[in-house]
Parts: sequence; structure tokens; C-alpha cells
Amino acid sequence: MLTFTIRRLILAIPTLLFISLVIFLLLQLAPGDPMAQVPLTVPPEVKEKMREALGLGEPLHIQYIKWLRQFFWVEPLNLLDTWFGTEFAWHWVPVDSSISESRLAVLAEEGRLRDTAEGQEYWSPELRVISWQTRSPVMEIVAQRIPQTLWVVGVAYIVGILIALPIGIYSAYRQYSWFDNAGTLVTMIGFSVPPFFSGVLVIVIFSVQLNWFPSIYDTTLVVDDWESFKRQINQMFLPVMVLALQITSQISRFMRASMLDNLNQDYVRTARAKGMRERVVVMTHVLRNSMIPVVTVIALGIPSIFGGAIITEQVFKVNGIGQLLITAIQANDLPMVQTLTFIFAVLIVLFNLIADVLYGILDPRIRYD
Amino acid sequence: MILKSALWGAAAAVALTPMAYADGHEGERGRDGEVKIIYWQAPSILNPFLSGGTKDVESASMIIEPLARYNEKGELVPWLVDEIPTTDNGGVNAELTQITWKISPGITWSDGSAFTSADVKFTYEYCTHPEGGCAQVTKFEGVTSVETPDDLTVVVNFDKPTPNPYGPFVGGESPILQAAQFADCMGARAPECTEQNFNPIGTGPFTVTEFKPNDVITMAANENFRHEGKPAFASVTFKGGGDATAAGRAVMETGEFDYAWNLQLAPDVIAQMEQGGKGTPVAGFGPLVERLMLNNTNPDPALGPDERSVIKPHPFLGEPAVYQAMSLAIDRPLLVEVGYGQAGKVTCNWVPAPEAFSSTSMSCDTQDIAGANKLLDDAGFVDSDGDGIREVNGVPMKILYQTSTNAVRQDFQALIKQWWSEIGIEAELRNLSASVFFGGDPGSPDTFQKFYADVQMYANTFNGTDPQAYLGNGLCDKAPSPASQWQGENISRFCMEEYDALHAQLSETAGIDARAEIAKQLNDMMVQNGGMIPLVHRGRLSAHANSLGGVILNVWDSELWNVADWYRIGG
Amino acid sequence: MTDATHSDDISKAEPARNQWWDVWDQFKTHRGAMVGLIVFVTIVFGVFFGPFIWTADPQAIPPVVDMIKTRDFRPIYTVLWDSGAKVSWANPLGTDNLARDNLARLMYGGRVSIAVGLVAMVLSIVLGALIGVLAGYFKKLDGPLMRLTDLFLALPLLPLILVASLLFREPLANTFGVEGGIFVLIVALIGVTSWMQTARIVRGDVLALKEREFVLAAKSIGTPNRRMITRHILPNVMSPIMVSATLGIAAAIITESALSFLGFGFPPDFPTWGRLLNDSVDRMVSYPERVIWPGTLISLTVLSVNYMGDGLRDALDPRIRGR
Repeated sequence: MLTFTIRRLILAIPTLLFISLVIFLLLQLAPGDPMAQVPLTVPPEVKEKMREALGLGEPLHIQYIKWLRQFFWVEPLNLLDTWFGTEFAWHWVPVDSSISESRLAVLAEEGRLRDTAEGQEYWSPELRVISWQTRSPVMEIVAQRIPQTLWVVGVAYIVGILIALPIGIYSAYRQYSWFDNAGTLVTMIGFSVPPFFSGVLVIVIFSVQLNWFPSIYDTTLVVDDWESFKRQINQMFLPVMVLALQITSQISRFMRASMLDNLNQDYVRTARAKGMRERVVVMTHVLRNSMIPVVTVIALGIPSIFGGAIITEQVFKVNGIGQLLITAIQANDLPMVQTLTFIFAVLIVLFNLIADVLYGILDPRIRYD
Repeated sequence: MILKSALWGAAAAVALTPMAYADGHEGERGRDGEVKIIYWQAPSILNPFLSGGTKDVESASMIIEPLARYNEKGELVPWLVDEIPTTDNGGVNAELTQITWKISPGITWSDGSAFTSADVKFTYEYCTHPEGGCAQVTKFEGVTSVETPDDLTVVVNFDKPTPNPYGPFVGGESPILQAAQFADCMGARAPECTEQNFNPIGTGPFTVTEFKPNDVITMAANENFRHEGKPAFASVTFKGGGDATAAGRAVMETGEFDYAWNLQLAPDVIAQMEQGGKGTPVAGFGPLVERLMLNNTNPDPALGPDERSVIKPHPFLGEPAVYQAMSLAIDRPLLVEVGYGQAGKVTCNWVPAPEAFSSTSMSCDTQDIAGANKLLDDAGFVDSDGDGIREVNGVPMKILYQTSTNAVRQDFQALIKQWWSEIGIEAELRNLSASVFFGGDPGSPDTFQKFYADVQMYANTFNGTDPQAYLGNGLCDKAPSPASQWQGENISRFCMEEYDALHAQLSETAGIDARAEIAKQLNDMMVQNGGMIPLVHRGRLSAHANSLGGVILNVWDSELWNVADWYRIGG
Repeated sequence: MTDATHSDDISKAEPARNQWWDVWDQFKTHRGAMVGLIVFVTIVFGVFFGPFIWTADPQAIPPVVDMIKTRDFRPIYTVLWDSGAKVSWANPLGTDNLARDNLARLMYGGRVSIAVGLVAMVLSIVLGALIGVLAGYFKKLDGPLMRLTDLFLALPLLPLILVASLLFREPLANTFGVEGGIFVLIVALIGVTSWMQTARIVRGDVLALKEREFVLAAKSIGTPNRRMITRHILPNVMSPIMVSATLGIAAAIITESALSFLGFGFPPDFPTWGRLLNDSVDRMVSYPERVIWPGTLISLTVLSVNYMGDGLRDALDPRIRGR
């Protein structure tokens, strides 16, 4: 299993490079313009200048290689720099007219100015992946967004799984009981009602009518004491509820179906015949054998936690990664979309690998070598 | 129901007006605590020169300010200066090539340093840097130099007589940046200045505490603000994102926020929210017009990429009887009622405001299906094959009618399609995502510049109060084409020699009356010769909490222009 | 498709009784499945034949004077609790804000939504099951097919749709007509972007099945791969496939409305359930019926398919059948 994991991890590198190229080409091919949100009162010549300032005029392969270098080289170095105060991601840049006299004086004082044969050079951080919308490093915004996405989508996912597994197991064990039928009804409605409707519905009921929960998520809230923690729970409640319903619906259906398949197997009859306690039969033998599809679904879902829940985040103004991605797509902020999608791809590859490893643990007969 | 809500509004207005005075909203700075503003488009940068998006310009306007602003009536008011320079007070020279601004003494930046003419000059240099990609560079069009004879005097020189010299440093799109802060952010270096772009030092009533791009801005009162006792609020939370419905709900129904910007919602939805009783919608009218653009070229897909929507004429839209009938068949008062309510007015004009420039020669507030049918019959465009669709020289009058995705626009499409079907014109509808439709990607067939359709609907406006540049959108050489990478503002490809000549005359004419006269003629020419069918003069509808006082909706400048004067009623 | 071969074999042996009759008998005993079937047939019948009985035009707007009078009618049953409600027998479910008949719009909307939901679901399930079985069963294909799945999972949906629409909309419209072209494009887009989960799940199950005794036994007697897959593997992965299928219908109906909202779907005056729901969310408080009806119909369709799936799975399972 270890050699398999290592082999897959090595193989993941070319896979991810290929995925990044496909994403890049797809984004280039997709119609769209970073100037789409600039008002019509700004004339086209000015928009053209603005596009040039973003580096849109450069040939495709240069843009791609630039992104690769920034993402795989400059960003990690920059991370080291912020952690340890080093200057790995810095380099010498020729001085040009855009640098003011006062700045040059400061640089000289700091010892960050040198004379070379071609002229003066100064020591400066390399350009990171820069968002076109905000003109700021993409990774900083991503880091800013992760907390609220994890709070809301992550919690919803955990809550969803915790509710779904018992429901799925019990529904299968008591197939066609009133519990099973009620569960089916709720989960199916839960899955077929889209969040753009259910989200607004809970806002109208719980925020507008009852005034229990806020309709707008406050991303500036700092949780540092009991009071702020209560406020955080309060504002998370509605989005978590809407999301958890969807997640529960999906996972509990797969859990139920897979349990049903296994409950009829011969080994269950054997185990019961051996006089094992029902609880052990169901919770150990059947459950373990039924987990493969559920593990697959959960593993596919974890990357989507980081990807955020686009519509739910929009409805509740959570402004997490999902909202970041959709606004970046709408504004055609290609470096942002490319980076986010690629991080997402890394997680997908990683968690699918984890799922494959888990298959082997759940069912030792599964061999990959 | 509508009557009831109107009564409520009136009652609220009566109840509030005396309170506003009785309250005596004077006092020390920051006395009213926090004010919460929601924009359903989130600001992504606080440097309007790098973005140009309305959300960014308006959020930044609380922090950085221009020398002069437009007020809610569209009049210039001095902001960081003592008076508006004119030819009468000698601020503008007789040749109209020079304007001299006198900065009010004693103004400081929020960091305590003095605001001087050098900052103004720097702003000019910053925006006109060739590699900077400044979004507001048109504000500085024709400027040859900016001189600073002393710390409080700014002289702007133009290359030719400029009847309207109030472009540079006027209005929310052209605020002043601090030279000391942005000195190293010129040109290509602009993207490296994240800190500066997110946290500009300004002269405005608030300073940035934290900026989370595309999410939320927290601001605090500027301790060095020039007016004693202002702003009344100690802090601002400026939330962005979501949609207009949610923003309206947060102000009018749940009361979580104090001010919601630009609620483009159907009037019945607004009325329903208003019953929440926590807030009031306010509307203001600028020159924004929702219109149908008529394609003057042939958009036939059978034509190659170099000819489609490039070669003239259109198979039938160029016929006066056709576009007149199409306009006659539209019931504009109903469109206003269905789509905009108090935030819309019937208009036949391309330039509906300011009033001096608005033509009164046309009227279009009654629908006349019979008249429209008669026009087409008389012109000989009849339904010769009995399929309910008229033919013009053998070409059936089938129209592809596109617009961006937006609930009100889709209602308009359905209504207009129905009315046109009653005069024998069949419309096929198409809606496109706004980010594609308004994006200028020359590779996409779905942009409004390419106009691969017969009719398209959108709204456009102009900044400031002078429509000269806007009227330039009808010039022959501004038509988008493959040669210009499909860039160009003349979307309908309208072209008339007389129009071009008259526009040239406008750019040389001084004096508001003469200019207004020419502008009206240009407006009429465009509308009467099949360039467009104006539908609705659209207002800006925003909402504020009933407890928020001092809000004056301004459509000529940033909506948050007088945020320093806002206060909490009874607070 | 799998059971076609299955039943052929048996029907040769037992010409008197086709295996499908067994399946049907078992299916009939499943109460949930029968209720599901009846509901589903009723909905399909209602939306496809309903418009012949209720002939109101879903797109027609009455002339201006009438329109102002007849817009925003409430459903007829509103009178039960609100005698002052604006209702009319001519519009039993009321009218929308442009005075179009809600009942007619629901029926026409159902045609598209059900067609899109079913076809896109079938496409996605077939693709997913095929790729999942091939990857799980043939070791050589596992790597490449699963990396392809990773790629598709990673692709951002919106730009993908934009590109597909840019490349294929006009050619498809020329081949199938405007609405036919859009239908093909939407179904293909939804199918192509939603098979990955099914593929991963099926593959996981197949990997485990492959090592089970009955498969090893079948293999040892020299059963060819083709028959192994159709007779032994596929019937045993039916339950996750059925679950994916029911969830897939709901997802497809909702995705269709998202596509038309972005401008890649049907023309804006063309009703579908997803769009009716989406358009009415803003007026949910004043006119709850406009969200309740399409929402209920989507849920009912999905529920009925779910119960039919349950019954079908039981009926196809030889261990349960005849028990």
C-alpha cells in the first residue's frame, strides 16, 4: 500500500500539471473580459489600456509559464519569507524612472541598492500571483476567505455526515418502516429543493418573520470569548442548516442503499447463525462492507468544502471561497480563477488518493499492485 | 396595497421631517456609533483609478475626495476649494484654455500632513502615466499641464478652448491621491502597491481600518477631518456581495443595515419590502436611459465574420415606417409600472437629463397598435404569405432581440415581443450573462459591441452634466468593426453626415444655451432616424433605514457624497 | 441494457415465462414503487397531454388594458381563507406579474424539465457506470480513466459551459433547430459534467466485487469479460447507480435553470420548472404559490423516481425476487 501511495503521489505531479494546462486553456478560450464590470461610460480605448496594464497582451505560453513560476516557485518562497522573515522570494531589479528619489534614498540606507555594469539595481520582492480585480496577491485573499468557508461549509459537512450515517444505517435496517419513509421524504425534498430557494425561505421565516437569526453573515466577527462564540453560532445557523440538509440527503441515500445491498449477503446470515449479537453484525460487519461508496462520496465532497458552496455563500453573504470564485469568474479575473481551480484540483487528486487507500483498509482484498 | 404603502411612506415622511430638525443633529464627532452600508456588488479595490467600477468609486469616495463635486441637482459645489472657478470670477480664462483652482487653506490628510497643490499635480501625473492603465484618464483629456504656482493654487492648462473645463479633479471618479503615499506606485508598479490601493490616505470623513477585498470594509471617523463635529458616526461597516433583493431586505425588512445601494427590483417587490417598516426607498434621476438599440447593419449569420453586423443596410430595420411602428407599438407607461415604478419615467429621449439638454419635441406616452399597423400597411410592408408575419421586400420581419440577464429586462422582453407580434413582427428572445454581454471580448459572439442580433436592450448614461462625449457615441467612425477589434461606442452603427457635422459644431460652441440647443437636435436626429428606441428614463433607487438621517440621494456623483452629514435620528 | 442479455438467456431456457414478468410481478408488490409509478405517470401525462385540455398559451400576454386587470391573480383556492383575494376561474392557479397563466406555464415548464432531467440523468449514469466499471474491472484502464475523472472534477463548470456554448451553439442550432439545439447542448453539458461521482462510486464497488468469491468462481470457469461485467458485476452495483440516478434528476432540473439564468438555456420567455422557481423567489412572500407549485412538482418527480428506483432494484435482485 505504501509503494502504491508513493507511486500515485509521484504520478500526481504530471497529472496536476496537465490539469493546470487544461484549466488555463479553457479559461483563455472562454469568452469574457476583465473590463466587463467597468461602466459603459469608460471609453473602449481606455479599457484597452487597462487590459494592457494587466498583461493581457502577452502571448499565451508566456502567461502560462509566468503563472506556473509564480504559483510553484514565488508563492512557496513567499510563504517561507512570511514565516521566517527571510528574503528568498526577492531579487535584483534594475532601477527605472518609476522609482522616486526618496525611495532610492531609503533603499540605499537599507543596503538594498547596488551598482552593476548596466546600471543601478535594487532588491525587491518578486511579483506574486496578482488578482486582476484587486491588484493584490491572490493567496492573501484566499487565506482571508478560508476561515469563514471552513466555519460554515466545513461545519455543515461534519453535521451532515453525523446526521446522515445513522439515518442511512437505521433506514436500511428497518427498510420501509415509517422512519425509513419519513427519511426518504425529507432527504429527497431536501435534495430537490435548490439552495437559492431554501436559503431565501429560511431567511424569510427565521430572519424576517421571527427575527431569530441574522440574514447577513458578519465576516469581521472575531471569536475570542463566549459571547462572540454565541454570536458566531447564531449567524452560522441558517447557512449550516441549508447546506447540511443537502449533504445529509446525499450521503444518507448512498449509505442506505449500500447497507441494503450488504444486509442480504450470505456472510450476514452466517454471522447471525454463529450467534453474534445483532449490533455487532450490523455495526461492524455490514457497516464496514457498506462504507466503500460512502467513503467515495465523502472524499469527493471534502475538496468542495474548500471550494465553498457558491449559492449558499451568496445567499447568506458568507463571502467565502465559493463567493470569491464566482465573483472572479464574473469579473474574468483569470489569475484568481486559475489559482482557485488549481488548488481545488490538488485537493481532488489528493482526496481521491486517500479514498483509494481507504478502500484497501476497508476491504483488504482490494489490491492495486 | 400600493396606496397603503404610499400612505405609509407619506406618514413616515411627515413624522420624520420635524424630528430631523428637532433632533438637532449637531454634536461631537463619532457620537452616533456605527453605520452599516450594504452594496450588493462588493468593492474590490479602493483606488478608483485602477478599477472604474461604480462600487469601487463610491466606496472610495468616503475616503478620498475631489476638488469639487456635483450635488443632487447636478450643480457644481466646491469641496476642497473655496469656490468654483468660472469666467466671471476669473478662475477660467477668457480663451477657455486654463482653469485655476484655489484650495481652501487648512485642509489636512488623515495622517495629519497638509493637503497641497503638489498632491493634485501628482494625481494628474499618476493617472496619465502611459503604463498605468488608469480608468479615469478621459477626465484628463485635453490637459497639457498642471501647474502649482503655490501650495494652494492649481492651474490646469488645456490644449484647446474647453467650454466645460470641469473634468479633472471634479466628481467622485477623479479624487485626489496623496503624493507621499503613491509616489512609488506609478505606471507599471501600480499592482505592487496593495497596501496603498487598499488603504488610501484621504481627506474624506472616514479612514480605512480593514479592507477585505470583495467582502467588507471597516472604517473609522477621520480624526483630522476638516469639519468640526463631523462625521456623526464613529465607524462604518461597508458590506458587499449577494444580490439586490437581499440588500433591500436587510435594510427595509430586518433592519440589519442602514443603507442599501441601487436596488434594481420590480416595484411590487420594493413595495412588499417597504411594508417591513424599517426603511424607506429613495429615488433620484440622472441621465440613465433603458433603450432598444436598432442594428443599422446586417447581422445575418450567413455573412462571414468580416461582414456580419458590419455591412449596411439592415434588411428592414432601416425603413422609417418599421422603426416608427416598432416604437408606436410599445406601451411605455406600462413598462415603467411593471419594471421600475417610482424609479422610472417614460422617455422618448436619448439624453433625458439634465433638463436644459432634454429635448421636448417628441411624445411617446401612448401605445398605438392600430397606428403602427397602418404605418406598416401604408409603407406596403404587408403579410403576403399569411403566416402572421409581415414581409419587407420578401424578407419576413423576424427579429432576434437580446439583452443581459436581469428579471426586469426579461419581463420587458416578453411584453415587447407580445406587442410586436400584434403588428406582424416576430421576435426571438435571447438573454445573456451580463459578464459576457458587457465584456469586450472580441472572441465572443455574444457581446453587445458585436451586436449579432437585430435589436438589443440595455441602459447607458454619462458622467457629469455635459453630454458632449456621450453624444459622440453616434459618430460614424465610432462604430465597432473587426478592424477596431470590435471596440467602439456607436453600438447601433448609426451614421449620418449631418449628425457628425453638428457634433463637430457642438464641440466648438460655448455657452450653455447654445450647447443645449445643439444637443437637443443631435438627440432628436438619433432617435428619429432609427438609431435607437428609448424606453425608460431610469432612476437610481436606494433605501435607507428610517433611523438614518441626512441621506440625500445624488445620482450625479457618488451616492455616498454627503456621508459626513449622515446621522442617527434620535441616536 | 444489462438485463436484456440476462433475460434472453433465461427466456431461451424457459420460453413459457419471460423473466420481465417476474420483474414486473415483484415490482407490483412494492407499494412505494407502485405509488411512485402512478405519480410519475400522472405528472408526465399531465405535462405532455395537459396542454391539449388546458389550452391557455404560456407565453401570451393579454393586451395592455386586460393585462393590468388580470395580472397577479391568486390561485382559486385562496378564496377559502381570504375572500377578498383577486382570483378568477379562468386561471385556476392564478397568473404571473405579466398576466400569463400559471397552470399553462407549469405544464409547458414540466415538459422541458422532465425531458432534460431524464435524458441528462441517463447520459450521466451511462457514462459514469461505463467508466466506473471499466476502470474498476480492467487494471490497465484504472489509472488513465481515474485521472480523466480527476480532470473533469477539477474543471470549473462556468467557463466550461461558456466555451461549449461558444463552440457548439450555432452548429447544433443549425442541425436541430433553435430549441432542439439548445436541448441537445444543455443535456450534453449536464451529462458530461456530472458523471464523475457515479464513476468513482461504481469503480470503488467494482474493485471490491472483483475479489469476491462468486466473481472469482465465475472467472475460474472461464466466463468471458463481457459476460462477467453484464451478468455479475453490473447487477451488483445497481443500487448506488439507482441512487445516483434519482439524485441526478433533481440536479439536472436545477442545473438547467442555472444555465438559462446565465443565458445558455432556453429563451427567457420559455418556462421551465427551475426557471419558474428561480424567477418567483423574490415574490415568495406575496405569491407563495409561484414557488410552491414548481418546487412541489420537482420534489414529487424526484420522489416518485426514487421509489420507482427502489422497486426496480428489488425487482431486479434475484435474491429478493421470489422471496
